[in-house]
Amino acid sequence: MSTIPAELRYTTSHEWVSEEDGTYTIGLTDYAQDALGDLVFVNLPQEGDEVTAGEAFADVESVKAVSDVFSPVTGVVVEVNEALLDAPESINEDPYGAWFVRVGEVSEVGELLDADAYAAHCEQEA
Amino acid sequence: MGSYLPETREGRADMLASLGLTGPDELYSVVPEEVRCGSLNLPEGLSELEVVGRMEALASENVRFGTVLRGAGAYRHHIPAIVRTITSKEEFLTAYTPYQAEISQGVLQSIFEYQTQVCELTGMDVSNASVYDGATAAAEAVLMCLERKRGQVVVAETINPDVMTVIKTYCASRNVPVVSVPAASDLGVDLDALRAAVGPTTAAVYVQSPNYLGVIEDMDAVVAIAHEAGAKAIMGFNPISLGILRTPGEYGADAAVGEGQPLGLPLGFGGPYLGIMATTKALMRKLPGRIVGETTDAEGRRAFVLTLQAREQHIRREKASSNICSNEALCAMTASVYLATVGPEGLAQAARLCAGHAHYLADSLAELGFVCKSNRAFFNEFLTTCPVDADQLVSALAKRGILAGLPTHGGILWCATELNTRADIDRAVCAIKEVCDL
Amino acid sequence: MKLLFERSVAGRGQTVFPQLDVPEVAFDQALLRRDMPRLPQMAEVDLGRHYTELASQTHGVNDGFYPLGSCTMKYNPRVNEQVAALPGFTDIHPLQPVETAQGCLRAMHELEAMLCEICGMDAMTLQPAAGAHGEYTGLLLIRAHHLANGDTARTKIIVPDSAHGTNPASAVMAGFTVVSVPSNAQGGVDLDALRAAVGPDTAGLMLTNPNTLGLFDPNILQICQIVHEAGGLCYYDGANLNAVMGHARPGDMGFDCVHVNLHKTFSTPHGGGGPGSGPVGCKAFLAPYLPGPRVAQDADGHLSFEQPEQSVGKVRSFYGNFLVAVRALTYILTLGREGIPEASSTAVLNANYLAHLLAEAGYDLPYGERCMHEFVIDCGPLKAKTGVSAMDVAKRLLDFGIHPPTMYFPLIVHEALMVEPTETEARETLDEFVQMMTAILEEAHTDGERLHGAPFTCPIGRPDEVTAARKPHLRYEFGE
Repeated sequence: MSTIPAELRYTTSHEWVSEEDGTYTIGLTDYAQDALGDLVFVNLPQEGDEVTAGEAFADVESVKAVSDVFSPVTGVVVEVNEALLDAPESINEDPYGAWFVRVGEVSEVGELLDADAYAAHCEQEA
Repeated sequence: MGSYLPETREGRADMLASLGLTGPDELYSVVPEEVRCGSLNLPEGLSELEVVGRMEALASENVRFGTVLRGAGAYRHHIPAIVRTITSKEEFLTAYTPYQAEISQGVLQSIFEYQTQVCELTGMDVSNASVYDGATAAAEAVLMCLERKRGQVVVAETINPDVMTVIKTYCASRNVPVVSVPAASDLGVDLDALRAAVGPTTAAVYVQSPNYLGVIEDMDAVVAIAHEAGAKAIMGFNPISLGILRTPGEYGADAAVGEGQPLGLPLGFGGPYLGIMATTKALMRKLPGRIVGETTDAEGRRAFVLTLQAREQHIRREKASSNICSNEALCAMTASVYLATVGPEGLAQAARLCAGHAHYLADSLAELGFVCKSNRAFFNEFLTTCPVDADQLVSALAKRGILAGLPTHGGILWCATELNTRADIDRAVCAIKEVCDL
Repeated sequence: MKLLFERSVAGRGQTVFPQLDVPEVAFDQALLRRDMPRLPQMAEVDLGRHYTELASQTHGVNDGFYPLGSCTMKYNPRVNEQVAALPGFTDIHPLQPVETAQGCLRAMHELEAMLCEICGMDAMTLQPAAGAHGEYTGLLLIRAHHLANGDTARTKIIVPDSAHGTNPASAVMAGFTVVSVPSNAQGGVDLDALRAAVGPDTAGLMLTNPNTLGLFDPNILQICQIVHEAGGLCYYDGANLNAVMGHARPGDMGFDCVHVNLHKTFSTPHGGGGPGSGPVGCKAFLAPYLPGPRVAQDADGHLSFEQPEQSVGKVRSFYGNFLVAVRALTYILTLGREGIPEASSTAVLNANYLAHLLAEAGYDLPYGERCMHEFVIDCGPLKAKTGVSAMDVAKRLLDFGIHPPTMYFPLIVHEALMVEPTETEARETLDEFVQMMTAILEEAHTDGERLHGAPFTCPIGRPDEVTAARKPHLRYEFGE
């Protein structure tokens, strides 16, 4: 059973989101990292890039697959976790610590699930 | 009729019967009648003896020149005997891409060795397992450097024209504008024009050195111009020249590409050749094509695998930056064996011989009135004036078993390699004098 | 085993080049490299043995059965190699005057004509250096055709979900966007989905027929018709041409252009990943766009090069992988009118024979036993029952000295093993393969756990690909 912290919000495409003072931090859920297997690389956007709710802003690579990571919000990237470039394994080891980007100037927030709703969603997918 | 079917007609009939079929046509019952074709309009098949005769007859329609003074992108060099012996080994020759690492360690290790040699040769950090040829290597390198906000590329007109055409083809289909920068009067790229062409949207600057007309470009200046504008610098190189000449890595280039044919591959009327492609650590994950990496197996034994595969088309599909799949693996192995055979000193000696012979040829030609059109330093090619009709000169020399330089740019582009000994050049120059005196 | 660099000893080597017989050129110091490249320094004897050892750790088709689906690993005849090594071909400069290279031009011209005949096309270029390169070239023709018609809105290429990854990647390189259409339950193109996908933005369709499941699409005429009626063109990916030579021609199926893989269908060796060759053929209306130069013959039989008027440019230097083309010509001349179709029908026979026996042995064939030149086994049911995956079966085959089938492709069958025996295998080889596959099936049911550790007899076990990709180590590091 994967971990789903109660204080975070989630997307149906398995990103987690936390908001503080209008800035949204985005990462991949435990469920997602488990399904993707050992991740070997992350392609991240650059600071200042615009992201759109529901559209891919990054991708993660395993040995034999690549998967998009979707933005839950529309806004501008204000910070990128470049440590992931050298340590993609941290997404597997600590998915809720291994954030991808922080997004500011948010103009739109897509549909987000709370922990219970996300848990139900995962169960449905399994 | 020749055939490579081991099973006899009777054996095949038995196999068909075991499937409840009466004839091979039934295997195609799913194919609509309208698309079934009748007998092909091909000749009758031949026995081995006949086919060898047929192909030898074709080969004999070609003229082999005793002396070749033409390069322009394809170079006749000496190929050490062991190179062909090793690369004709059936295991290497008849294997597929090494997807199954456990039974492909030989091929994988040889590619890893090749990658290392390319890094040593070019002074770059990372090499791929090869691309099709020098021209596609240049085109792929240009595309590799594209960024979202940098979508234009600047290319010197002094590069090989075939390479230019291929770059333009690749860029046109991706809607990438190519700005070409002309040569200055000394046949090097015009640095002022280059500086003016490069801007904030320039992704890459591509310059070849020695360039098509033989001139060693001012790569320090080229790299500085590219980097000052925030663009990547790509250097095209001749691998033999790197036996002595300064490397793309030493110039600070971001990518290095070259035609690997001089490293043990025959002229072969243009192919197969070898696209050498190397880059920096920073661009490693944008490098297209196969790449071999070292790792271990569960018991800790050294093992080689195809790696960084998520860059590639079979995984990334429409998001892949290149569609390359098959490359020129056996040609890469050829280059690797060549480099291991000659070693660092042998490669330097080959370079010294090429340069020495070319300069000797240039001096001898100058005495006949074929004057170098540039006073810049050159390696083993140079453009001269032609005091007689160039086409007549070429055909008159062809009759004497000499392939003259290539008529181009209002003159003749000459080339010499280690094969053109002093005596060989003296004979050729005599012949040229004869032709001029006629 | 040791790397070249670990065998290198300073001062060793052989004398390949003579001393200078002319004055040495004194280059400006700034033009010279500072450090010598650390190339191996080895005696020829040690170099030879190094590669002999590497060869012993490499499996080629001339070493043993190689049923690698979609790759057509047929036997590579020796005579092709002998002919391609004739100095009258190897020692010809690509820019020497055409009067002095008539044999090369004739070889190209003859091969082009024969490939046109086999494919039902009107014109052919040998310039592309591999299959994917051919795809790209063919798509450039389609693009040029639409642009010449002022049809700038045709920006989409339709690709079935069973397609090779090169198809969508080539489409993007050629400036298109990709529309994926699903397969129907029989593994063919879903006609309704195709009808829904085509429109005024359709540039064309890329299709492999037989497809990657080894199935000939019986609706092929309708498929091409749907695309043509929408104003698009049809591209034939020749990866599976080995199934249908002399039985059905892409041109007659309705395709406008094709690429063929000389290194698959026409017996030229793969060389551990190349050189290949991917000639592109097209109907007459696309010929003006072909890459140049093209070989032309005058009334006297004299051959020369000419530039097509509206050429898309060049995709490679010179004329392509000429010496590969020489091998393919040798092959077609050997087989001839009767041998070519017989090669295909035997490839199909061998695949059907194998499919039948493997199904009998208990393997799951999701699309049935009847196939063209290859078929797909689904190890999904086996995995559900025993935990043994397609990967485990493949790795266990290595212990039997057999190159495994293609794994995990096409993507629409999740635990796929794609088997292509080719025509150059005898019945007893196929029977032995079935015995091994049967033995592996038994092992899966009795001791499935063990199979996760296969192979057991190779020079290495399964390599750690995760670490290889996370911490790339892509060259030998010299101890400083």
